[in-house]
Amino acid sequence: MISPFSIILSGFLFAAAAPLLQRFTRDRAHVILALYPLLTLLLLINEYGLVVDGPVIRESLSWVPSLGIGLSFALDGLAYFFALIITTIGLLVLLYASAYFKGDQRLPRFYLLFMSFMASMLGLVLADTLITLFVFWELTGVSSYFLIGFNNQRAAARAGALQALLVTGLGGLALLAGFIMLGNIAGSYDLPRIMESSAIIQQSPLYPAILFLLLLGAFTKSAQVPFHFWLPNAMEAPTPVSAYLHSATMVKAGIYLLARLSPALGGTELWHYALSIPGAITMLLGAFLAFGQTDLKRLLAYSTISALGTLTLLLGLYTDDAVKAALIFLFVHSLYKGALFMIAGSVDHESGTRDIRALGGLYLQMPATAAAAVLAALSMAGLPPLLGFISKELLYEAKLQAPVAAPFVTAAGVCANALIVALAAKFVLMTFFGQAHSTPKQPHEAPILMRIGPALLAGFGLIAGLLPDQLASRLIEGAVQAVRPEIAPVHFSLWHGFTDVLILSTLTVGAGIALFRWGGWLLVRGERMRVLASLGPARAYDSLLRGTLRLANALTDAIQDGTLRHYLLLALIFLCVLLGAAAAPLLRHGTLPAMSGIPFHEAATAVLIALGAVTVASSKSRFTAITALGVVGFGVSLIFLFYGAPDLALTQFSIETLSIVLFVLVLPRLPKLLDTSSLSTRIRDALLSSLLGLLVALLVLLGADAHAPSHLQEFFGEYSVPFAHGRNVVNVILVDFRSLDTIGEITVLLVSALGVYALMRSWPGERQ
Amino acid sequence: MLILLPILVPLLTAIVLVGCWTRPSVQRIIALGSSCVQLAVAALLLHQTSTGRIVTIAIGAWPPPFGIVLVADILSALMITVTGVVSVAVMVYSMSGIDANREAHGYYPLLSTLLTGVNGAFLTADIFNLYVWFELLLISSFVLTALGGGKGQLEGAVKYVTLNLIASVVFLTATGVLYGIAGTLSMGDLAARIPAIQHREILGMVAVLYLVAFGIKAAMFPLYMWLPASYHTLPAPVGALFSGLLTKVGVYAFYRMFTLVFPAMDFGMTTLILVISGFTMLVGVLGAAVQYEFRRLLSFHIVSQIGYLLFALGVGTPLALAGGIFYTIHNIIAKANLYLIAGVAARLGGSYDIRKLGGLFSAAPWLGILFLVPALSLAGVPPLSGFWAKLAVIRAGLEREHYLLGAVALITSLLTLFSMSKVWSEVFWKQRDSNPETDADPAQRPIAYQVAPIALLAAITLTLGLFAEPLFALVSDAARQLLDPSAYVDAVLRRAP
Repeated sequence: MISPFSIILSGFLFAAAAPLLQRFTRDRAHVILALYPLLTLLLLINEYGLVVDGPVIRESLSWVPSLGIGLSFALDGLAYFFALIITTIGLLVLLYASAYFKGDQRLPRFYLLFMSFMASMLGLVLADTLITLFVFWELTGVSSYFLIGFNNQRAAARAGALQALLVTGLGGLALLAGFIMLGNIAGSYDLPRIMESSAIIQQSPLYPAILFLLLLGAFTKSAQVPFHFWLPNAMEAPTPVSAYLHSATMVKAGIYLLARLSPALGGTELWHYALSIPGAITMLLGAFLAFGQTDLKRLLAYSTISALGTLTLLLGLYTDDAVKAALIFLFVHSLYKGALFMIAGSVDHESGTRDIRALGGLYLQMPATAAAAVLAALSMAGLPPLLGFISKELLYEAKLQAPVAAPFVTAAGVCANALIVALAAKFVLMTFFGQAHSTPKQPHEAPILMRIGPALLAGFGLIAGLLPDQLASRLIEGAVQAVRPEIAPVHFSLWHGFTDVLILSTLTVGAGIALFRWGGWLLVRGERMRVLASLGPARAYDSLLRGTLRLANALTDAIQDGTLRHYLLLALIFLCVLLGAAAAPLLRHGTLPAMSGIPFHEAATAVLIALGAVTVASSKSRFTAITALGVVGFGVSLIFLFYGAPDLALTQFSIETLSIVLFVLVLPRLPKLLDTSSLSTRIRDALLSSLLGLLVALLVLLGADAHAPSHLQEFFGEYSVPFAHGRNVVNVILVDFRSLDTIGEITVLLVSALGVYALMRSWPGERQ
Repeated sequence: MLILLPILVPLLTAIVLVGCWTRPSVQRIIALGSSCVQLAVAALLLHQTSTGRIVTIAIGAWPPPFGIVLVADILSALMITVTGVVSVAVMVYSMSGIDANREAHGYYPLLSTLLTGVNGAFLTADIFNLYVWFELLLISSFVLTALGGGKGQLEGAVKYVTLNLIASVVFLTATGVLYGIAGTLSMGDLAARIPAIQHREILGMVAVLYLVAFGIKAAMFPLYMWLPASYHTLPAPVGALFSGLLTKVGVYAFYRMFTLVFPAMDFGMTTLILVISGFTMLVGVLGAAVQYEFRRLLSFHIVSQIGYLLFALGVGTPLALAGGIFYTIHNIIAKANLYLIAGVAARLGGSYDIRKLGGLFSAAPWLGILFLVPALSLAGVPPLSGFWAKLAVIRAGLEREHYLLGAVALITSLLTLFSMSKVWSEVFWKQRDSNPETDADPAQRPIAYQVAPIALLAAITLTLGLFAEPLFALVSDAARQLLDPSAYVDAVLRRAP
């Protein structure tokens, strides 16, 4: 029995071991690392019959049961289909990369990231709970970030990596919110439970919000307009990364998610429009923008965007034919696009450029690569007898039968496909045929490991095209049935007879060739349009980022302006507002405490204290201020005295005296008191402090009114002499009943003393 | 007796350390040993409380509510334990990561008194005693902030101490009024008596005062300004300790007081706390987005994450509080680690300005990997500890239909990712323009002392992420204890002398 968890875990172990392996095998780590995708592939092939016909293989481990989260995996037809693509292309690209990076010091790092990505991607498609899926979803995003920025000394690579991280990160967070809401409705994060809850989900008032959030996740990951712009900029990644992550696997994760969740969320009108409209736009715009590209990788990147748009469109249509067409097209696209990316990498590697204008006639120097390129391009163009042809026929069939606006959808499809045909022609003909140019490096054939991958992928497109029923039907059928179990068995054949689909196919190829031959004017326009279109969302991203930073700057400067006075002001205003709001009901009811029967000497003392406080705050001389402070202190001691606490009064009295003496001693050494605040500032401060003082006074008076006799007092009085052996209750409280407080306060004194000593001794440069 | 040790050990250590004032090399060893003992004691205490048992001791054997009672439930024991972990990390780091000037002028004794205050605050069940521990950690941290620095540092220290003194005054006022109307200081006794007190409006005003006092301590919006104004002047190990622990003492006080004494629901404070939390998250993370001083950037993130913790408190469901406590622990470990890493980056690259740093990924790839663990965890990338924290808090919020705040929390998380990738890109990826000023002190002690605690904390972050269940089960129990404080109240009050 195959264990998805062990497969994924061992992928991460291989990744972790990669740097060590590279050292111990003297740069031959790829031989061992390749075992991972190879063995996984063999295991999968071994399960072939079981997956297509048999029950779904499920594996569930406990992870965070307190949160209701398990680490669960399921191998059904859809997961199997994706896992096969991930391992096959992973294996070939790994071998390719070992030659591409030969002698590069950073190879261990590359292997680590690449293998981690592979394991994460497998985890993503094998996950059987939303949270498991999300964990791997984010891990693919993180490894993508590091791989795009692999050439980290290039600023463009760092910017591309950041852009991809932020755009897909935004989507990832939306996805998380969507998943949580989905889990809240279904009562579980387990995918089978989500599927069962389809009706509840679709009837929930939250359904539109959930769908929006999930689509935000899927569209950012799968580069749908208007989030597509990160993908061309991700071409800063080394070519093996582009071939694997940014064409064959990771960018398909959004499509996978849509397919995976379509039984629970799909089929509604909202679903239909929310997917097919952005999908159609992406399909057309991607193909159109690709047409103007001169960089081989960017050309392929835009055509990938177009393909991803097609997939979204098909899933949006969500008819039987559309789902079938989507999966076979996804398969075909992974084959030819993976091959073409590797070929672009080989061309770049061996000739030193990937600018299509500087290339030509390479078939002489690179015959094997050129042959693979021709095959892959034919599949891309959808010509018989390649698998691409079958896929395109199905595509048209699905579009013709679109439930809404079929003619429009079909026309859009023909336009996009004609552009794709022209792109395929452009890629192959301008690179490998036609007039040779001098290139930065003298071109020669790529090393064997860099030829195997493209050759196998392109070759498989041919063989599967010839034997579609034997090689592809059952695989696609298994995948389709995971999405729509009721679908009848799938059969593919090269020849469908003279149908309207064939007419469309012929039309497409003819138009494509015409575009390639005479599309110069379109190219000129394309160039101009490209500037416009790519400025749209890309500019929006830039201004959003810059705007956020500007806002952040302004906000931070405004709040954190470096002046203590403003910090205090804010804090006290906040306190006043809250306290005032809390006191408001009391004031409204007018239950103010009674203020009668205050003896004269108490009132006089209170006035004295208040006058002292005002003088402290307003005095322009330090000496006056300190004297006034002393008045406040002595006033407070008097109050202690009036209320029967002579020992407290005495303590306070001595402290005040000592403080004043000390102040007066250091006074001559202090600089003159500067008065820098304006009158309005002073009035504002005075008002605020008075308000706060009033509020606190109100609170204290209210508290005095509500005073409850404390049972503590009684206890202290009773126990002081017999148990604590002390006649002075206050002392007993301090040293016995609440001795811990006293220990704490003594320590505070110790630290203050140490602090003064240490600060004076440790101060650099002495005092001025 | 065990429960007394987290206060007693650092206090006695401080006294011993003052005794060998002139011998920093001896102080280092004693301080480290003491931290290890504290950690062991805390772990034992956590073990005892993990079953739901509440450990108490009445100081001086005076019966509650007349004397002071120390109480350890799961939350307190967890906080003590994580304090132990951070203090061990900081002590090891200080073996080579702190300058001789500070060491010679009371660095270790001050750290010890600070830890005394922190542990005391986590354990006490007496509101006035809490005030005393707040004072102790305030004065200790103030001196540590000002110690051995220049003008900028003293300026930061003054801002720090001024705002925090306001907090102390507000705290004391609230406690005085509360004592007047409730007649008791024991938090258990208060919890038992307050529901019966008729003067709800006065209690409401008192609760507001506590909110402001703890809010300043915890650095919430709009009271947080002291934090970014001072933390970037701190040496790395001090910054690590402060960022990990000081604001979290405030948050702990929030969680304790507003579930036990003033249940937030009863006093209509949930909306207030939620609104504040949203602003705190956003303003903090936006502040961080524009910083280029490594430590200052981190200090704004502290503020932002306080917002998450308040969000959890405001939502107030068992899941939310569990998530909040998990978040606190994750955040203490990850944030302390980032400060330590900033210190090592500055040692290797000669600056705390990330624009001046660069090329560290090729120079020290191990530091890059060690940085990524806490950094990505802070941004909530799965499967690191921060992911579970974020998941639990946001899920609790969405369950209670706080969609706007959920969105704010997610945007904050994206901006955190932005900040961390900015640091990564500037410090590790980009090539540096000039060579680092080689002020390599020949007497500098081995860097291994600084790397070891970083690796330890990173390992904890990783473990808490991959194996989140044990801690999550524990914090779920802690949240249940908070929401049903009867056991706590009984434990405080029903102890015969």
